[in-house]
Amino acid sequence: MARHVVAKAEEIPPGSRKLVTVRGREIGIFNHEGEFFALLNRCPHQGGALCKGTLVGLVTSDAPGTYDYSRPGEMLKCPWHGWEFDLRTGQSYCDPKSTWVRAYEVTVEPGEVLAKGPFVAETFPVSIEENYIVVEL
Amino acid sequence: MTPDDGLVLADRAARGEARLKIIDCDVHHALRSAADLKPFLATRWQEHLDRYGFRVPTPFLSSPQYPKGAPALSRTDSWPPNGGPPGSDLAFLREQLLDRWGISFGLLHFLFPGAMDQRNQSFGNALARALNEWQVEHWTRHERRLKAGIILPGEDADAAVAEIEHWAGHTTAGGGDFVQVALATHTIELLGRRRYWRIYEAAAAAGLPLCLHTMGYNGRAVTPAGWPSFYVEEHHEVAISQQTVVASLILEGVLERIPDLKVVIVEAGFAWVPGFAWRLDHYWSRFRDELEHVTRPPSETIRERFWFTSQPADEPEKPEQLRQTMDWMGWDRLLFATDYPHWDMDNPEHAFRMPMSDEEKRMVFAGNAERVYGLS
Repeated sequence: MARHVVAKAEEIPPGSRKLVTVRGREIGIFNHEGEFFALLNRCPHQGGALCKGTLVGLVTSDAPGTYDYSRPGEMLKCPWHGWEFDLRTGQSYCDPKSTWVRAYEVTVEPGEVLAKGPFVAETFPVSIEENYIVVEL
Repeated sequence: MTPDDGLVLADRAARGEARLKIIDCDVHHALRSAADLKPFLATRWQEHLDRYGFRVPTPFLSSPQYPKGAPALSRTDSWPPNGGPPGSDLAFLREQLLDRWGISFGLLHFLFPGAMDQRNQSFGNALARALNEWQVEHWTRHERRLKAGIILPGEDADAAVAEIEHWAGHTTAGGGDFVQVALATHTIELLGRRRYWRIYEAAAAAGLPLCLHTMGYNGRAVTPAGWPSFYVEEHHEVAISQQTVVASLILEGVLERIPDLKVVIVEAGFAWVPGFAWRLDHYWSRFRDELEHVTRPPSETIRERFWFTSQPADEPEKPEQLRQTMDWMGWDRLLFATDYPHWDMDNPEHAFRMPMSDEEKRMVFAGNAERVYGLS
Protein backbone atom coordinates (compact mmCIF):
# COMPACT_ATOMS: atom_id res chain seq x y z
CA MET A 1 0.00 0.00 0.00
CA ALA A 2 1.17 3.45 -0.84
CA ARG A 3 -0.35 6.90 -0.69
CA HIS A 4 -0.92 8.67 -3.99
CA VAL A 5 -1.63 12.34 -4.46
CA VAL A 6 -4.20 12.43 -7.24
CA ALA A 7 -5.69 15.91 -7.39
CA LYS A 8 -5.95 19.28 -5.75
CA ALA A 9 -8.95 19.34 -3.43
CA GLU A 10 -10.35 22.41 -5.19
CA GLU A 11 -10.53 20.45 -8.46
CA ILE A 12 -13.37 18.33 -7.08
CA PRO A 13 -15.96 20.61 -5.44
CA PRO A 14 -19.02 19.12 -3.70
CA GLY A 15 -21.31 17.28 -6.13
CA SER A 16 -18.55 16.64 -8.65
CA ARG A 17 -16.22 13.79 -9.48
CA LYS A 18 -12.92 13.17 -11.22
CA LEU A 19 -11.48 10.10 -12.90
CA VAL A 20 -7.82 9.51 -12.08
CA THR A 21 -5.40 6.74 -12.99
CA VAL A 22 -3.31 5.25 -10.21
CA ARG A 23 -0.96 2.32 -10.88
CA GLY A 24 -2.85 1.54 -14.09
CA ARG A 25 -6.24 1.55 -12.40
CA GLU A 26 -8.94 4.03 -13.28
CA ILE A 27 -10.46 5.33 -10.09
CA GLY A 28 -13.37 7.72 -9.65
CA ILE A 29 -13.01 10.30 -6.86
CA PHE A 30 -16.35 11.66 -5.65
CA ASN A 31 -17.04 14.67 -3.47
CA HIS A 32 -20.35 14.14 -1.71
CA GLU A 33 -21.18 17.18 0.41
CA GLY A 34 -17.56 17.64 1.35
CA GLU A 35 -16.81 13.95 1.98
CA PHE A 36 -14.56 12.20 -0.49
CA PHE A 37 -14.99 8.66 -1.78
CA ALA A 38 -12.97 6.63 -4.26
CA LEU A 39 -14.20 3.62 -6.27
CA LEU A 40 -12.64 1.53 -9.03
CA ASN A 41 -14.07 2.59 -12.39
CA ARG A 42 -15.18 -0.89 -13.37
CA CYS A 43 -18.53 -2.45 -12.59
CA PRO A 44 -18.07 -5.98 -11.20
CA HIS A 45 -21.18 -7.14 -13.08
CA GLN A 46 -20.12 -6.76 -16.73
CA GLY A 47 -17.30 -4.25 -16.71
CA GLY A 48 -19.12 -0.98 -17.42
CA ALA A 49 -17.44 2.34 -16.59
CA LEU A 50 -19.19 2.54 -13.23
CA CYS A 51 -17.84 5.92 -12.15
CA LYS A 52 -19.51 7.60 -15.11
CA GLY A 53 -22.89 6.52 -13.73
CA THR A 54 -25.61 8.61 -12.16
CA LEU A 55 -25.67 9.29 -8.41
CA VAL A 56 -29.09 8.59 -6.96
CA GLY A 57 -30.70 8.16 -3.55
CA LEU A 58 -31.65 4.92 -1.86
CA VAL A 59 -35.30 3.99 -2.34
CA THR A 60 -36.62 1.26 -0.05
CA SER A 61 -40.05 0.08 0.97
CA ASP A 62 -41.62 -1.75 3.91
CA ALA A 63 -44.83 -2.54 2.04
CA PRO A 64 -46.48 -1.92 -1.33
CA GLY A 65 -47.65 1.68 -1.54
CA THR A 66 -45.08 3.09 0.86
CA TYR A 67 -41.54 4.14 0.21
CA ASP A 68 -38.61 5.65 1.97
CA TYR A 69 -36.14 7.85 0.12
CA SER A 70 -32.87 8.29 1.95
CA ARG A 71 -29.21 9.07 1.43
CA PRO A 72 -29.65 11.26 -1.67
CA GLY A 73 -26.64 11.13 -3.97
CA GLU A 74 -24.95 8.23 -2.18
CA MET A 75 -25.83 5.40 -4.55
CA LEU A 76 -23.89 5.12 -7.80
CA LYS A 77 -25.84 3.57 -10.66
CA CYS A 78 -23.87 1.84 -13.43
CA PRO A 79 -24.41 3.42 -16.86
CA TRP A 80 -25.00 -0.02 -18.37
CA HIS A 81 -27.34 -2.32 -16.41
CA GLY A 82 -28.20 0.04 -13.61
CA TRP A 83 -26.61 -1.93 -10.74
CA GLU A 84 -26.47 0.37 -7.70
CA PHE A 85 -23.41 0.63 -5.48
CA ASP A 86 -23.02 2.32 -2.11
CA LEU A 87 -20.58 5.19 -2.51
CA ARG A 88 -19.38 4.64 1.08
CA THR A 89 -18.62 0.92 0.92
CA GLY A 90 -18.63 -0.18 -2.73
CA GLN A 91 -21.25 -2.81 -1.91
CA SER A 92 -24.04 -3.38 -4.41
CA TYR A 93 -27.58 -2.91 -3.18
CA CYS A 94 -28.92 -6.13 -4.77
CA ASP A 95 -26.14 -8.47 -3.75
CA PRO A 96 -23.97 -6.71 -1.15
CA LYS A 97 -22.07 -9.79 0.05
CA SER A 98 -20.71 -11.02 -3.24
CA THR A 99 -21.03 -8.18 -5.75
CA TRP A 100 -19.04 -5.15 -4.76
CA VAL A 101 -16.62 -2.71 -6.28
CA ARG A 102 -13.32 -1.88 -4.65
CA ALA A 103 -13.49 1.25 -2.50
CA TYR A 104 -10.25 3.00 -1.63
CA GLU A 105 -9.26 5.07 1.37
CA VAL A 106 -9.24 8.71 0.39
CA THR A 107 -8.21 11.68 2.51
CA VAL A 108 -7.62 15.38 2.10
CA GLU A 109 -4.16 16.44 3.21
CA PRO A 110 -2.56 19.86 3.40
CA GLY A 111 0.42 20.34 1.12
CA GLU A 112 2.49 21.20 4.14
CA VAL A 113 2.12 17.63 5.48
CA LEU A 114 2.57 16.00 2.09
CA ALA A 115 5.75 17.91 1.44
CA LYS A 116 7.29 15.87 4.26
CA GLY A 117 6.25 12.60 2.52
CA PRO A 118 6.18 9.74 2.04
CA PHE A 119 3.83 9.76 -0.89
CA VAL A 120 3.87 8.51 -4.47
CA ALA A 121 3.24 10.44 -7.71
CA GLU A 122 6.44 12.40 -7.62
CA THR A 123 5.49 14.10 -10.85
CA PHE A 124 2.54 15.78 -9.17
CA PRO A 125 3.66 19.21 -8.01
CA VAL A 126 2.63 19.86 -4.44
CA SER A 127 2.69 23.29 -2.94
CA ILE A 128 2.42 23.77 0.78
CA GLU A 129 -0.36 26.35 0.48
CA GLU A 130 -2.98 23.99 -0.92
CA ASN A 131 -4.98 20.86 0.02
CA TYR A 132 -4.73 17.60 -1.89
CA ILE A 133 -6.70 14.42 -2.42
CA VAL A 134 -4.72 11.36 -1.38
CA VAL A 135 -5.75 7.82 -2.31
CA GLU A 136 -4.28 4.76 -0.66
CA LEU A 137 -3.61 1.62 -2.69
CA MET B 1 -18.27 -11.61 -9.04
CA THR B 2 -15.52 -9.91 -7.17
CA PRO B 3 -13.86 -6.83 -8.53
CA ASP B 4 -10.73 -7.51 -10.49
CA ASP B 5 -7.90 -5.05 -10.83
CA GLY B 6 -9.42 -3.33 -13.82
CA LEU B 7 -6.68 -4.46 -16.15
CA VAL B 8 -8.28 -7.49 -17.78
CA LEU B 9 -8.34 -6.12 -21.29
CA ALA B 10 -4.88 -4.62 -21.13
CA ASP B 11 -3.45 -7.83 -19.68
CA ARG B 12 -4.96 -9.98 -22.37
CA ALA B 13 -3.68 -7.73 -25.12
CA ALA B 14 -0.24 -7.63 -23.48
CA ARG B 15 -0.12 -11.42 -23.39
CA GLY B 16 -0.88 -11.41 -27.10
CA GLU B 17 -3.85 -13.73 -26.72
CA ALA B 18 -5.61 -14.48 -29.97
CA ARG B 19 -8.87 -12.63 -30.28
CA LEU B 20 -12.01 -14.68 -30.38
CA LYS B 21 -13.93 -14.00 -33.56
CA ILE B 22 -17.18 -12.28 -32.66
CA ILE B 23 -20.33 -11.79 -34.72
CA ASP B 24 -22.78 -9.61 -32.82
CA CYS B 25 -26.30 -10.60 -33.87
CA ASP B 26 -28.15 -7.70 -32.25
CA VAL B 27 -26.96 -4.13 -32.78
CA HIS B 28 -29.32 -1.15 -32.80
CA HIS B 29 -28.90 1.80 -35.09
CA ALA B 30 -31.20 4.79 -34.96
CA LEU B 31 -32.31 7.82 -36.92
CA ARG B 32 -30.88 11.11 -35.68
CA SER B 33 -34.40 12.37 -36.35
CA ALA B 34 -37.24 11.61 -38.74
CA ALA B 35 -35.69 14.18 -41.07
CA ASP B 36 -33.01 11.58 -41.94
CA LEU B 37 -35.71 9.77 -43.92
CA LYS B 38 -36.80 12.73 -46.03
CA PRO B 39 -34.29 12.15 -48.85
CA PHE B 40 -35.70 8.66 -49.26
CA LEU B 41 -39.40 9.59 -49.21
CA ALA B 42 -41.42 10.91 -52.15
CA THR B 43 -42.66 14.48 -51.61
CA ARG B 44 -46.13 13.07 -51.09
CA TRP B 45 -44.95 11.04 -48.10
CA GLN B 46 -42.67 13.77 -46.74
CA GLU B 47 -45.73 15.99 -46.45
CA HIS B 48 -47.71 13.13 -44.95
CA LEU B 49 -45.01 12.65 -42.35
CA ASP B 50 -44.99 16.38 -41.51
CA ARG B 51 -48.75 16.56 -41.20
CA TYR B 52 -49.69 13.21 -39.63
CA GLY B 53 -46.48 11.75 -38.26
CA PHE B 54 -46.08 8.07 -37.45
CA ARG B 55 -49.33 6.43 -36.37
CA VAL B 56 -49.58 2.87 -35.10
CA PRO B 57 -52.60 0.80 -34.02
CA THR B 58 -51.99 1.50 -30.33
CA PRO B 59 -53.68 4.88 -29.92
CA PHE B 60 -52.14 8.14 -28.72
CA LEU B 61 -48.68 6.72 -29.08
CA SER B 62 -45.63 8.28 -30.60
CA SER B 63 -43.21 6.63 -28.20
CA PRO B 64 -42.92 3.23 -26.48
CA GLN B 65 -45.80 2.29 -24.21
CA TYR B 66 -43.57 1.79 -21.21
CA PRO B 67 -40.61 3.74 -19.96
CA LYS B 68 -37.52 1.82 -20.92
CA GLY B 69 -35.45 1.93 -17.75
CA ALA B 70 -33.05 4.42 -19.29
CA PRO B 71 -33.43 7.32 -21.72
CA ALA B 72 -33.70 6.00 -25.30
CA LEU B 73 -33.55 2.49 -23.78
CA SER B 74 -29.80 2.91 -23.78
CA ARG B 75 -26.61 2.80 -21.78
CA THR B 76 -26.20 6.28 -20.37
CA ASP B 77 -22.66 6.40 -21.79
CA SER B 78 -23.81 5.66 -25.34
CA TRP B 79 -25.04 9.13 -26.35
CA PRO B 80 -22.78 10.25 -29.21
CA PRO B 81 -20.55 13.21 -28.30
CA ASN B 82 -21.56 14.93 -31.54
CA GLY B 83 -25.26 14.77 -30.73
CA GLY B 84 -28.14 12.57 -31.78
CA PRO B 85 -29.56 9.60 -29.91
CA PRO B 86 -27.61 6.40 -29.06
CA GLY B 87 -26.90 4.30 -32.15
CA SER B 88 -27.28 7.23 -34.56
CA ASP B 89 -23.57 7.98 -35.11
CA LEU B 90 -21.59 5.44 -37.13
CA ALA B 91 -18.18 6.64 -35.94
CA PHE B 92 -19.19 6.40 -32.29
CA LEU B 93 -20.79 2.98 -32.83
CA ARG B 94 -17.53 1.79 -34.36
CA GLU B 95 -15.60 3.13 -31.39
CA GLN B 96 -17.89 1.84 -28.62
CA LEU B 97 -18.76 -1.51 -30.17
CA LEU B 98 -17.01 -2.78 -33.31
CA ASP B 99 -13.48 -1.62 -32.51
CA ARG B 100 -13.82 -1.89 -28.74
CA TRP B 101 -14.36 -5.66 -28.88
CA GLY B 102 -12.95 -6.44 -32.32
CA ILE B 103 -16.33 -7.47 -33.70
CA SER B 104 -16.17 -8.99 -37.19
CA PHE B 105 -19.81 -8.40 -38.09
CA GLY B 106 -22.64 -6.57 -36.38
CA LEU B 107 -26.21 -7.36 -37.42
CA LEU B 108 -28.40 -4.28 -37.36
CA HIS B 109 -31.95 -4.28 -36.05
CA PHE B 110 -34.00 -1.15 -36.53
CA LEU B 111 -36.80 -0.54 -34.04
CA PHE B 112 -38.46 2.88 -34.24
CA PRO B 113 -40.51 3.86 -36.16
CA GLY B 114 -41.86 0.50 -37.25
CA ALA B 115 -42.91 0.31 -40.88
CA MET B 116 -45.05 -2.77 -40.29
CA ASP B 117 -47.07 -0.99 -37.59
CA GLN B 118 -48.22 2.01 -39.60
CA ARG B 119 -51.98 2.39 -39.74
CA ASN B 120 -51.71 3.92 -43.20
CA GLN B 121 -50.35 0.95 -45.13
CA SER B 122 -49.30 2.95 -48.17
CA PHE B 123 -47.21 5.16 -45.89
CA GLY B 124 -45.90 2.03 -44.15
CA ASN B 125 -44.76 0.65 -47.50
CA ALA B 126 -43.03 3.92 -48.39
CA LEU B 127 -41.50 4.03 -44.91
CA ALA B 128 -40.10 0.50 -45.23
CA ARG B 129 -38.46 1.38 -48.55
CA ALA B 130 -37.09 4.63 -47.13
CA LEU B 131 -35.68 2.89 -44.06
CA ASN B 132 -34.00 0.25 -46.19
CA GLU B 133 -32.49 2.93 -48.46
CA TRP B 134 -31.29 4.73 -45.34
CA GLN B 135 -29.77 1.53 -43.95
CA VAL B 136 -27.72 1.09 -47.11
CA GLU B 137 -26.81 4.74 -47.68
CA HIS B 138 -25.96 5.64 -44.08
CA TRP B 139 -24.71 2.34 -42.66
CA THR B 140 -23.88 -0.78 -44.63
CA ARG B 141 -22.25 1.03 -47.58
CA HIS B 142 -19.88 2.82 -45.21
CA GLU B 143 -19.14 0.00 -42.81
CA ARG B 144 -18.95 -3.46 -44.33
CA ARG B 145 -18.89 -5.07 -40.89
CA LEU B 146 -22.48 -3.95 -40.43
CA LYS B 147 -25.23 -6.01 -42.04
CA ALA B 148 -28.89 -5.03 -42.02
CA GLY B 149 -32.23 -6.79 -42.12
CA ILE B 150 -34.66 -5.85 -44.88
CA ILE B 151 -37.43 -3.99 -43.06
CA LEU B 152 -40.75 -5.31 -44.33
CA PRO B 153 -44.23 -3.79 -44.26
CA GLY B 154 -45.41 -7.23 -43.27
CA GLU B 155 -49.14 -6.56 -42.89
CA ASP B 156 -49.24 -6.02 -46.67
CA ALA B 157 -47.81 -9.26 -48.04
CA ASP B 158 -47.68 -8.01 -51.64
CA ALA B 159 -45.60 -5.01 -50.62
CA ALA B 160 -43.40 -7.11 -48.34
CA VAL B 161 -42.62 -9.59 -51.11
CA ALA B 162 -41.88 -6.70 -53.48
CA GLU B 163 -39.50 -5.26 -50.90
CA ILE B 164 -37.57 -8.52 -50.65
CA GLU B 165 -37.36 -8.74 -54.43
CA HIS B 166 -36.28 -5.10 -54.74
CA TRP B 167 -33.18 -5.79 -52.67
CA ALA B 168 -32.19 -9.03 -54.40
CA GLY B 169 -28.91 -7.51 -55.56
CA HIS B 170 -27.99 -6.46 -52.03
CA THR B 171 -28.31 -9.73 -50.13
CA THR B 172 -25.57 -11.99 -48.88
CA ALA B 173 -25.18 -13.45 -52.34
CA GLY B 174 -25.23 -9.94 -53.86
CA GLY B 175 -23.80 -6.77 -52.41
CA GLY B 176 -23.96 -7.96 -48.83
CA ASP B 177 -25.97 -5.11 -47.33
CA PHE B 178 -28.76 -7.35 -46.08
CA VAL B 179 -28.46 -10.77 -44.44
CA GLN B 180 -32.04 -11.33 -43.26
CA VAL B 181 -35.60 -10.03 -43.40
CA ALA B 182 -37.21 -8.36 -40.40
CA LEU B 183 -40.81 -8.46 -39.26
CA ALA B 184 -42.43 -7.11 -36.13
CA THR B 185 -43.55 -9.66 -33.54
CA HIS B 186 -46.61 -7.91 -32.09
CA THR B 187 -48.67 -8.11 -35.26
CA ILE B 188 -52.28 -7.94 -36.41
CA GLU B 189 -52.48 -11.73 -36.57
CA LEU B 190 -50.03 -14.24 -35.13
CA LEU B 191 -47.12 -14.65 -37.51
CA GLY B 192 -47.89 -18.27 -38.29
CA ARG B 193 -51.14 -17.32 -40.02
CA ARG B 194 -51.39 -17.86 -43.77
CA ARG B 195 -51.59 -14.17 -44.69
CA TYR B 196 -47.86 -13.99 -43.98
CA TRP B 197 -46.74 -17.17 -45.72
CA ARG B 198 -45.89 -15.56 -49.04
CA ILE B 199 -43.40 -13.38 -47.23
CA TYR B 200 -41.68 -16.43 -45.79
CA GLU B 201 -41.61 -18.12 -49.19
CA ALA B 202 -39.98 -15.04 -50.71
CA ALA B 203 -37.43 -14.83 -47.87
CA ALA B 204 -36.52 -18.49 -48.20
CA ALA B 205 -36.25 -18.15 -51.98
CA ALA B 206 -33.86 -15.23 -51.48
CA GLY B 207 -31.81 -17.28 -49.02
CA LEU B 208 -32.58 -14.89 -46.16
CA PRO B 209 -33.44 -16.03 -42.62
CA LEU B 210 -36.51 -14.53 -40.99
CA CYS B 211 -35.41 -12.38 -38.10
CA LEU B 212 -37.88 -11.73 -35.30
CA HIS B 213 -36.73 -9.08 -32.87
CA THR B 214 -39.40 -8.24 -30.35
CA MET B 215 -41.15 -5.11 -31.57
CA GLY B 216 -44.38 -3.74 -32.89
CA TYR B 217 -47.59 -2.18 -31.62
CA ASN B 218 -50.74 -3.98 -32.66
CA GLY B 219 -53.15 -2.21 -30.36
CA ARG B 220 -53.30 -5.00 -27.81
CA ALA B 221 -51.69 -5.40 -24.42
CA VAL B 222 -48.09 -6.59 -24.52
CA THR B 223 -48.98 -9.61 -22.40
CA PRO B 224 -51.67 -12.13 -23.35
CA ALA B 225 -53.30 -11.54 -19.94
CA GLY B 226 -53.61 -7.77 -19.88
CA TRP B 227 -51.81 -4.47 -19.47
CA PRO B 228 -49.04 -4.60 -16.88
CA SER B 229 -47.97 -1.65 -14.75
CA PHE B 230 -44.20 -1.69 -14.87
CA TYR B 231 -41.36 -1.70 -17.35
CA VAL B 232 -39.99 -4.86 -15.74
CA GLU B 233 -43.23 -6.63 -16.61
CA GLU B 234 -43.10 -5.40 -20.18
CA HIS B 235 -39.45 -6.36 -20.59
CA HIS B 236 -40.06 -9.81 -19.15
CA GLU B 237 -42.94 -10.25 -21.58
CA VAL B 238 -40.49 -10.35 -24.50
CA ALA B 239 -39.85 -14.03 -23.84
CA ILE B 240 -43.57 -14.81 -23.50
CA SER B 241 -44.64 -13.12 -26.73
CA GLN B 242 -41.80 -14.79 -28.62
CA GLN B 243 -42.97 -18.17 -27.30
CA THR B 244 -46.38 -17.39 -28.76
CA VAL B 245 -44.81 -16.52 -32.11
CA VAL B 246 -42.64 -19.66 -32.20
CA ALA B 247 -45.66 -21.83 -31.35
CA SER B 248 -47.73 -20.14 -34.05
CA LEU B 249 -45.08 -20.62 -36.75
CA ILE B 250 -44.64 -24.28 -35.86
CA LEU B 251 -48.26 -25.26 -35.23
CA GLU B 252 -49.62 -23.51 -38.33
CA GLY B 253 -47.18 -25.60 -40.34
CA VAL B 254 -44.98 -22.80 -41.72
CA LEU B 255 -41.76 -24.71 -41.21
CA GLU B 256 -43.14 -27.79 -42.93
CA ARG B 257 -44.60 -25.76 -45.78
CA ILE B 258 -41.33 -23.91 -46.42
CA PRO B 259 -38.45 -26.32 -45.84
CA ASP B 260 -35.72 -23.74 -46.48
CA LEU B 261 -36.97 -21.14 -44.03
CA LYS B 262 -34.69 -20.36 -41.08
CA VAL B 263 -35.98 -18.35 -38.13
CA VAL B 264 -33.84 -16.29 -35.76
CA ILE B 265 -35.44 -15.20 -32.49
CA VAL B 266 -33.73 -12.06 -31.26
CA GLU B 267 -33.52 -10.65 -27.74
CA ALA B 268 -35.90 -13.03 -26.03
CA GLY B 269 -33.38 -14.97 -23.94
CA PHE B 270 -33.17 -18.74 -24.36
CA ALA B 271 -33.31 -20.57 -21.02
CA TRP B 272 -37.08 -20.91 -21.50
CA VAL B 273 -36.73 -22.92 -24.68
CA PRO B 274 -36.47 -26.47 -23.25
CA GLY B 275 -39.53 -26.28 -20.96
CA PHE B 276 -41.53 -24.56 -23.67
CA ALA B 277 -40.60 -27.24 -26.22
CA TRP B 278 -41.46 -30.07 -23.78
CA ARG B 279 -44.96 -28.66 -23.28
CA LEU B 280 -45.48 -28.22 -27.02
CA ASP B 281 -44.39 -31.82 -27.61
CA HIS B 282 -46.70 -33.03 -24.89
CA TYR B 283 -49.82 -31.44 -26.36
CA TRP B 284 -48.80 -32.05 -29.97
CA SER B 285 -48.51 -35.78 -29.31
CA ARG B 286 -51.99 -35.93 -27.75
CA PHE B 287 -53.85 -33.77 -30.26
CA ARG B 288 -52.37 -34.94 -33.53
CA ASP B 289 -55.82 -34.95 -35.08
CA GLU B 290 -56.10 -31.19 -34.63
CA LEU B 291 -52.66 -30.60 -36.13
CA GLU B 292 -52.47 -33.28 -38.79
CA HIS B 293 -50.25 -30.96 -40.87
CA VAL B 294 -47.57 -30.87 -38.17
CA THR B 295 -45.74 -34.11 -38.76
CA ARG B 296 -42.75 -33.72 -36.44
CA PRO B 297 -42.47 -33.05 -32.73
CA PRO B 298 -42.18 -29.27 -32.23
CA SER B 299 -38.97 -29.73 -30.24
CA GLU B 300 -37.29 -31.22 -33.31
CA THR B 301 -38.33 -28.27 -35.45
CA ILE B 302 -37.06 -25.84 -32.81
CA ARG B 303 -33.69 -27.53 -32.67
CA GLU B 304 -33.29 -27.63 -36.43
CA ARG B 305 -34.96 -24.52 -37.80
CA PHE B 306 -34.78 -21.89 -35.06
CA TRP B 307 -31.81 -19.99 -33.70
CA PHE B 308 -31.78 -17.78 -30.63
CA THR B 309 -29.63 -14.75 -29.90
CA SER B 310 -27.96 -14.83 -26.52
CA GLN B 311 -28.78 -11.44 -25.02
CA PRO B 312 -30.07 -10.95 -22.40
CA ALA B 313 -28.08 -14.02 -21.35
CA ASP B 314 -29.85 -15.79 -18.54
CA GLU B 315 -27.92 -15.68 -15.27
CA PRO B 316 -28.85 -18.67 -13.07
CA GLU B 317 -27.19 -18.86 -9.66
CA LYS B 318 -25.65 -22.19 -10.64
CA PRO B 319 -23.86 -21.76 -13.98
CA GLU B 320 -24.10 -25.49 -14.72
CA GLN B 321 -27.85 -25.05 -15.14
CA LEU B 322 -27.20 -22.77 -18.11
CA ARG B 323 -24.95 -25.47 -19.53
CA GLN B 324 -27.72 -28.05 -19.18
CA THR B 325 -30.04 -25.72 -21.09
CA MET B 326 -27.48 -25.36 -23.84
CA ASP B 327 -26.83 -29.08 -23.98
CA TRP B 328 -30.53 -29.66 -24.57
CA MET B 329 -30.96 -26.89 -27.17
CA GLY B 330 -27.76 -27.73 -28.98
CA TRP B 331 -24.68 -25.50 -29.00
CA ASP B 332 -25.36 -24.76 -32.68
CA ARG B 333 -28.58 -22.86 -31.78
CA LEU B 334 -27.16 -19.90 -29.91
CA LEU B 335 -25.96 -16.69 -31.61
CA PHE B 336 -24.01 -14.22 -29.53
CA ALA B 337 -25.50 -10.71 -29.30
CA THR B 338 -24.69 -7.56 -27.33
CA ASP B 339 -27.85 -5.50 -27.95
CA TYR B 340 -25.65 -2.39 -28.06
CA PRO B 341 -26.40 0.41 -27.23
CA HIS B 342 -29.32 -0.65 -25.07
CA TRP B 343 -29.10 -0.51 -21.30
CA ASP B 344 -29.13 -4.29 -20.88
CA MET B 345 -26.39 -5.01 -23.39
CA ASP B 346 -24.06 -7.95 -22.79
CA ASN B 347 -20.32 -7.45 -22.73
CA PRO B 348 -18.78 -10.31 -24.80
CA GLU B 349 -16.30 -10.96 -22.00
CA HIS B 350 -18.91 -11.37 -19.29
CA ALA B 351 -22.09 -12.50 -21.02
CA PHE B 352 -21.93 -16.15 -20.00
CA ARG B 353 -21.42 -17.14 -16.38
CA MET B 354 -20.37 -20.65 -17.30
CA PRO B 355 -17.11 -22.16 -18.41
CA MET B 356 -17.15 -22.88 -22.13
CA SER B 357 -14.73 -24.92 -24.21
CA ASP B 358 -12.86 -23.21 -27.02
CA GLU B 359 -15.04 -25.03 -29.52
CA GLU B 360 -18.24 -23.94 -27.78
CA LYS B 361 -17.01 -20.35 -27.74
CA ARG B 362 -16.16 -20.48 -31.43
CA MET B 363 -19.66 -21.74 -32.23
CA VAL B 364 -21.60 -19.31 -30.07
CA PHE B 365 -19.54 -16.20 -30.75
CA ALA B 366 -19.24 -16.59 -34.53
CA GLY B 367 -19.45 -20.07 -36.07
CA ASN B 368 -23.21 -20.51 -35.72
CA ALA B 369 -23.89 -17.07 -37.19
CA GLU B 370 -21.51 -17.75 -40.06
CA ARG B 371 -23.54 -20.82 -40.94
CA VAL B 372 -26.98 -19.24 -40.52
CA TYR B 373 -26.15 -16.10 -42.47
CA GLY B 374 -23.48 -17.35 -44.85
CA LEU B 375 -21.04 -14.82 -43.40
CA SER B 376 -17.33 -15.45 -43.24
